[in-house]
Amino acid sequence: MEGTGAMMSTDERLAYMAGQILRNFAVKGQEAAIAATVDHIVQFWDPGMKARAVAMLSDPDAALPEDVRAVFARVQKDSAPA
Amino acid sequence: MTFTREKDFGTPEKTGETVSLTIDGQPVSVPAGTSIMRAAAMVDTAIPKLCATDSLESFGSCRMCLVEIEGRKGYPASCTTPVAPDMVVRTETDKLRKLRRGVMELYISDHPLDCLTCSANGDCELQDVAGSVGLRDVRFGYEGASHLDGCKDESNPYFTFDPAKCIVCSRCVRACDEVQGTLALTVDGRGFASKISASQDVGFLPSECVSCGACVQACPTSALIENTVIEKGTPDRAVVTTCAYCGVGCTFRAEMRGQDLVRMVPWKEGKANHGHSCVKGRFAWGYAQHRDRILNPMVRDSVDEPWREVSWDEAIARVASEFRRIQNAYGTRAIGGVTSSRCTNEETFLVQKLIRQGFGNNNVDTCARVCHSPTGYGLKTTFGTSAGTQDFDSVEQADVILVIGANPTDGHPVFGSRIKKRLREGAKLIVVDPRRIDLVRSPHIAAAHHLPLRPGTNVALLTAMAHVIVTEGLVNEAYIRERCDTDAYAEWAAFVSEPARSPEAIEDLTGVPAADLRAAARLYATGGNGAIYYGLGVTEHSQGSSTVMAIANLAMATGNVGRPGTGVNPLRGQNNVQGSCDMGSFPHELPGYRHIADSATRALFEQDWAVTLDPEPGLRINNMLDAATDGTFKGIFIQGEDILQSDPNTTHVAAGLAAMECVVVQDLFLNETARYAHVFLPGSTFLEKDGTFTNAERRIQRVRKVMEPKNGPDGKGYADWEVVQRVAQAMGLDWHYTHPAQIMDEIARLTPAFAGVTYDLLEARGSLQWPVNGAAPEGTPTMHADHFVRGKGLFVVTDYVPTDERTGPRFPLLLTTGRILSQYNVGAQTRRTANEAWHAEDRLEIHPLDAENRGIRDGDWVSLRSRAGETTLRALITERVAPGVVYTTFHHPDTQANVITTDFSDWATNCPEYKVTAVQVAPSNGPSEWQMQYRAQAEQSRRIEPAEPAE
Ligand code: SF4
Ligand code: SF4
Ligand code: SF4
Ligand code: FES
Repeated sequence: MEGTGAMMSTDERLAYMAGQILRNFAVKGQEAAIAATVDHIVQFWDPGMKARAVAMLSDPDAALPEDVRAVFARVQKDSAPA
Repeated sequence: MTFTREKDFGTPEKTGETVSLTIDGQPVSVPAGTSIMRAAAMVDTAIPKLCATDSLESFGSCRMCLVEIEGRKGYPASCTTPVAPDMVVRTETDKLRKLRRGVMELYISDHPLDCLTCSANGDCELQDVAGSVGLRDVRFGYEGASHLDGCKDESNPYFTFDPAKCIVCSRCVRACDEVQGTLALTVDGRGFASKISASQDVGFLPSECVSCGACVQACPTSALIENTVIEKGTPDRAVVTTCAYCGVGCTFRAEMRGQDLVRMVPWKEGKANHGHSCVKGRFAWGYAQHRDRILNPMVRDSVDEPWREVSWDEAIARVASEFRRIQNAYGTRAIGGVTSSRCTNEETFLVQKLIRQGFGNNNVDTCARVCHSPTGYGLKTTFGTSAGTQDFDSVEQADVILVIGANPTDGHPVFGSRIKKRLREGAKLIVVDPRRIDLVRSPHIAAAHHLPLRPGTNVALLTAMAHVIVTEGLVNEAYIRERCDTDAYAEWAAFVSEPARSPEAIEDLTGVPAADLRAAARLYATGGNGAIYYGLGVTEHSQGSSTVMAIANLAMATGNVGRPGTGVNPLRGQNNVQGSCDMGSFPHELPGYRHIADSATRALFEQDWAVTLDPEPGLRINNMLDAATDGTFKGIFIQGEDILQSDPNTTHVAAGLAAMECVVVQDLFLNETARYAHVFLPGSTFLEKDGTFTNAERRIQRVRKVMEPKNGPDGKGYADWEVVQRVAQAMGLDWHYTHPAQIMDEIARLTPAFAGVTYDLLEARGSLQWPVNGAAPEGTPTMHADHFVRGKGLFVVTDYVPTDERTGPRFPLLLTTGRILSQYNVGAQTRRTANEAWHAEDRLEIHPLDAENRGIRDGDWVSLRSRAGETTLRALITERVAPGVVYTTFHHPDTQANVITTDFSDWATNCPEYKVTAVQVAPSNGPSEWQMQYRAQAEQSRRIEPAEPAE
């Protein structure tokens, strides 16, 4: 991440944060890590942040790593009105 | 309350079997080991004394306290003679009176007789004793009196040493040794020529002395006396209150003359400090009267304009109308607030209530975000509660003390002295810290192990300790079986046992020799009661939460939770960090750490507050700033915090604040954040309000108003809680608190851990450690005593994930940050006191090798550059830091260490990674361009236009 610490956009930062949470859960195995990350985001992110994360899914310019994309997709599913 | 000194029993309290004896015909029963002097004092028989005081072990040098004991020859000193069963003691006989008078004559012949003009007149033990022994004449003449006149040591800004008034009782020397543990004083010479001196006679200020004041408090005469007493005279009343600086939570008697504070004297009954304090609490309260303090509300339309002083009514109306306007234009969630760890529990509770009830969202956060949020997350996950497990007294039963990423002698000085005392008694010490902190080696103390790890590798190191404990069979299996989730334990044990987690495998990463790490792990696991104390060096990392959990794992694996002498204890930074977290300052949690999504808890509050609460978590500070930059967050209420200086990446914070339409700052001074503010509400000091603080041991203690608030036109001021209430009322909320006690009643009503807390009970008990409820009506000194709060203790696998902040060719050094004793946090208060005498600027500590490579000499200006920014400061060359590591404090706005720190943060809580920043250091000529610009803009934004004359 040479040089990016100070200059992330909000979207980049959200993707970065999700990736960081994933990495800390990675030792559980990918499926469990994704589930734990989704749970973490649901518990700690405000609705605006969640909405932005979900919006990134349909933004062609958003460069989301696969696992982060999987997390945001699950957040979208979980927060969709039942 | 009228003025009396706290009772002095002469010698310390003892615990033991009860012993009965007779003193002057009165039967007395006391614990074995108690001195005759103390036993007598317990039945209100005051034996004259000079060299004894109950904060110190008896010494027996003055021979004033002689008594007669039936069946024993001679006249033993009552301070050094312990009671014995059926002893018969006489304290007043003709012979004793004569002996005492003789001793007194000797003392007085060497003492100036200027009592009437002495600053201790009326508060002098020598005077009292002369009176009580009936001294009428001095046969030896008064010749000795003046040989030390004119040798006063006035180098310390807070107290004066006048050797002419010294009776060489050595109470000061012993206080410095026994209570403070600094060993700065000695008695030089003998007989009449003997003299007290500080570090080989260099004077107090340049000496080892840390200005804690213990010697001043111990001195029976005016030889060591507070300068404020010299200036103002002796006090006439005293009010007990709690220090507003650090998380130790020392209690003090604020000794007053009218509305004027004369001195702060640590309260002996205080359970956190037992009559001791540090330089900040005892002496550095002058900021309360500093001329920089803003006393009138102020507003301005834009931050380029000068401030305009207005009435309280106008300022409050402005806040309410702006916040409502913003919400109408941009939505309910477009505003938020920040609570303060410096303010009382009641004030913090009200700010989060204003936001949740009044703003209708959960956008509340606190500066604890930037220090101990990982503690909340980590300890809640593993143990089930977001707080330290012990009281401070517990350290007296610890056999092995493991200090990780904390510097108690600087950050938590009074507790630091307690640790030192326990270490002098023989407990073993392990220090895990990149820097050689003072505890590692100081008089009579040497750490068994210092593991100087590379910043950012805490998790790897702690996991390797766990590896040793598990693979060498040192775990406490019975404890784990009984109290912990065994499946989680098995998973964790398998994880840490992998060869890749051994001390040898991570040696290159952490820089800690494997053999040392193994020895330290063995000592912690097998050395008896193991107690862990940790600080910001644990939490302020990208893996802060993981590190807290790794610590909890270690403690559970060795059975070191749930009894005195053990435990896991965060050392909290600011005075009320614990309280502000307890009071629901985090955006996802209602008071008492209950998640906002929990509908049962929400219903409780909704009913009490007659509103519907937003069930979604709100924004954290850094996310508020992001949202502001993106244009969706427009207004903020900041109570008692300086986020521009205390939060990471100053440029990012400034951009966020600048993007808002209404920034409201409530503080004592025009702090850095106020440069971007539109409304300034002058704050009140802890001396001006009632309330409670909660210290690092979960101890709730009263803050008592000793003077009227000065903040307001015509001296009509308000406590901070009253101002928040007025804002709430102006926003249409039906609040009618007339005293903080009512706010505490509401907290107790809504928060199970506080259910039993009332001001009446606090008054009766002095303090209470939560939880205070039906199961623990007197509070809870040790948590998790029978079982963990969450049920079974939960081992959590903590994988080491390196920070993204990496060194490289451009930024080859690692910067870590910290604090020093005489300054406090961002320094807004301490910089406005004489504490500047000890720390006038922030310095960059750098190893001689790194300095030499760069051509830097001690004291040179250097530039410190990271990926985020650049600043300049002066270098301090020292081997306290390892090669490759540099260190600085962050107390002065001119340095702006947070211009350097990056946006990286803890993965779970976004607590900023202050402890690891890749930097480069180079020689420089002076302040950077950025600093100059900053200074100019700061001055510009601080202009105040005088108020228009009232008609
Ligand atoms: S300075 Fe005070 S405490 Fe110290 S020896 Fe002299 S009289 Fe005693
Ligand atoms: S002020 Fe404290 S450190 Fe200094 S000499 Fe006195 S007791 Fe020792
Ligand atoms: S700053 Fe801390 S240690 Fe010092 S007096 Fe205050 S509470 Fe005690
Ligand atoms: S008070 Fe006992 S010898 Fe001094």
